[in-house]
Amino acid sequence: MEIIVLLKQVPATESMIAITGDGKSIQTDNIKWVMNPYDEFAVEEALQIKKAPGGRVTVISAGGDRCAEVLRTALAMGADSAVLVNDPAVENCDGIGIARILASAVKDIPYDLIIAGMRAVDDDNYVVGAAVAEFLQIPHMSMVIKEEIRDGVIRCHSTVEGGTLVTEAPLPALFTCQRGLNEPRYPSLPGIMKAKKKKIEIKSLADMGLDAGAVEAKSEITGMKLPPERKAGKMIAGDSAQVKAAELVKLLRKEAKVI
Amino acid sequence: MSQNILVITEQRDGVFRKISFEALSEGKRIAQLMGNGLSAVVLGDGVEETAGETAKYGADKILVADDPALKEYTVEAYVSVIAAAAEQENPPVIILGASAQGKDLSARLAARLNAALAVDCTEIRMENGTLHATRPMYGGKILADVTLKGSPQIVTLRPNAMEISESAGAGQVEKMAVNPGELRMKFVEKEMESGKMELTEADIIVSGGRGMGGADYSLLEELAQTLGAAVGASRSAVDEGWRPHSDQVGQTGKTVSPGLYIACGISGAIQHLAGMSSSKVIVAVNKDEDAPIFSKADYGIAGDLFEVVPAITAEIKKLS
Ligand SMILES: Cc1cc2nc3c(=O)[nH]c(=O)nc-3n(C[C@H](O)[C@H](O)[C@H](O)COP(=O)(O)OP(=O)(O)OC[C@H]3O[C@@H](n4cnc5c(N)ncnc54)[C@H](O)[C@@H]3O)c2cc1C
Ligand SMILES: Nc1ncnc2c1ncn2[C@@H]1O[C@H](COP(=O)(O)O)[C@@H](O)[C@H]1O
Repeated sequence: MEIIVLLKQVPATESMIAITGDGKSIQTDNIKWVMNPYDEFAVEEALQIKKAPGGRVTVISAGGDRCAEVLRTALAMGADSAVLVNDPAVENCDGIGIARILASAVKDIPYDLIIAGMRAVDDDNYVVGAAVAEFLQIPHMSMVIKEEIRDGVIRCHSTVEGGTLVTEAPLPALFTCQRGLNEPRYPSLPGIMKAKKKKIEIKSLADMGLDAGAVEAKSEITGMKLPPERKAGKMIAGDSAQVKAAELVKLLRKEAKVI
Repeated sequence: MSQNILVITEQRDGVFRKISFEALSEGKRIAQLMGNGLSAVVLGDGVEETAGETAKYGADKILVADDPALKEYTVEAYVSVIAAAAEQENPPVIILGASAQGKDLSARLAARLNAALAVDCTEIRMENGTLHATRPMYGGKILADVTLKGSPQIVTLRPNAMEISESAGAGQVEKMAVNPGELRMKFVEKEMESGKMELTEADIIVSGGRGMGGADYSLLEELAQTLGAAVGASRSAVDEGWRPHSDQVGQTGKTVSPGLYIACGISGAIQHLAGMSSSKVIVAVNKDEDAPIFSKADYGIAGDLFEVVPAITAEIKKLS
């Protein structure tokens, strides 16, 4: 089984996010960069699927030099090879543009299965996995918490509001990972040592026959702001739980008018 | 030339989901600003009658794609039908709900139509004839303004973020020819937790964290039942195995915007706040008066939730 995993490097969720002077992007100094948490599930699932029938796991990321770190982490977890699409044009892409780039990067690599995160926790887009599948003309399933592959057919359990949806498709296919799919492993020490020796293949858009025009963004962030600060409200005083509860219910009815 | 705005509705077992009415109402508002009409697309099997309901929310034209192949959602069949509708209608703007289905559909649709896309928007507006959207990023720590280019422009709307408003539309029904083509994807089954209220659609949520001390959530469930609310949880409660993952609110769980969010025994970690800070009114019950949740709450009660929660339930019961 040839498996490709799409990986993004993102700020750790506990990072403080500040906006740059031009108001269009975030300040990148003082940020701890990590593998997108949903992509950790993708690497783990790929390694588990590979274990059974044998095969290769290739990890791919599109981004600047710094993104080599997440590829290195995935190699240390046990991935076999890594590709970094490193091109200045990547920075200005929207999700659809990134998907176009990744779909091109995948074309030269044989694959039965592609795995992505359901969303990246920086842009919260939920876009790239499904769009890659569309560009490659393969079926996809989103927000998967369980999958089984049998006789060239993948069956996935996807989370939807109020339950799960089970669908099937022949390989090659793509699915995106939801929390609950697995418990990602930590890189082992020997894994880290081995990963250091592995080479990360670097590609530019030109190497894949794409020019910047082909991936020009159609949606552009023209401004960023911090959400209105929630001010601390009233602490409700009272001698007993009953008194406080009565006061709360009165405020919710008369002042906030929500019940 | 004025083309209709296209709203893709969502139904399950023949019943529209609330987000569809939110999307139609917002679509109507934008259509009126642009001087355009509103078309609704309804997909399913045996949905022709239900489809008429969209006229109440302003649909001038109702495109009905009624076919056994559309009985259950699979992205493959749905995208091809919606792409065909888009080709026919040539809409400047396509609106979907940012439900699990809407997110899944919109990404594949945008790639197919080579269209601009902004997902999970909390506001859309027209400025100088172009569509702008506001959408949360970085788990709600940032609100981004997004400008969309070209045609069509696709937006998905965060559930519960927009008002539902009724307005009469002409409601002219048009049956679409459905040619989903050869389908590779197959629906197998769906497993629904019956009778459970969906968190992202709930007007009131009562959530419990590690302070619940165990899997017995009956106190919260009683309060929720009294209020007609859904029950949520923090990640700690989910990690402990007290609640299913589908109940988790936060950065790696669900993002909710109810009118009222009552956090019980939840400390208020940044990853939890990411999922609920757009709630209109927040109440916190915590025995630690320095808990960070209080700095985000509109109303706070410092106290033991095992005393406070039943007292709140009793007070609300007195109202009826
Ligand atoms: C990558 C990442 C993603 C994450 N995603 C999420 C997410 O999606 N959602 C999420 O919730 N968390 C998430 N977290 C975890 C988050 O950081 C916190 O650990 C978690 O929210 C804490 O849950 P809690 O408030 O229930 O527990 P605690 O922080 O342990 O707080 C329990 C609170 O209960 C109070 N308490 C105890 N007993 C009582 C009582 N009898 N009466 C009243 N109050 C009482 C205590 O005073 C305390 O404030 C994530 C973390 C990471 C690193
Ligand atoms: N620049 C990128 N390089 C590689 N994979 C990406 C990139 N951006 C997004 N992805 C993949 O697509 C998923 C969803 O991302 P998004 O659509 O940005 O929320 C991520 O979890 C990754 O698996």
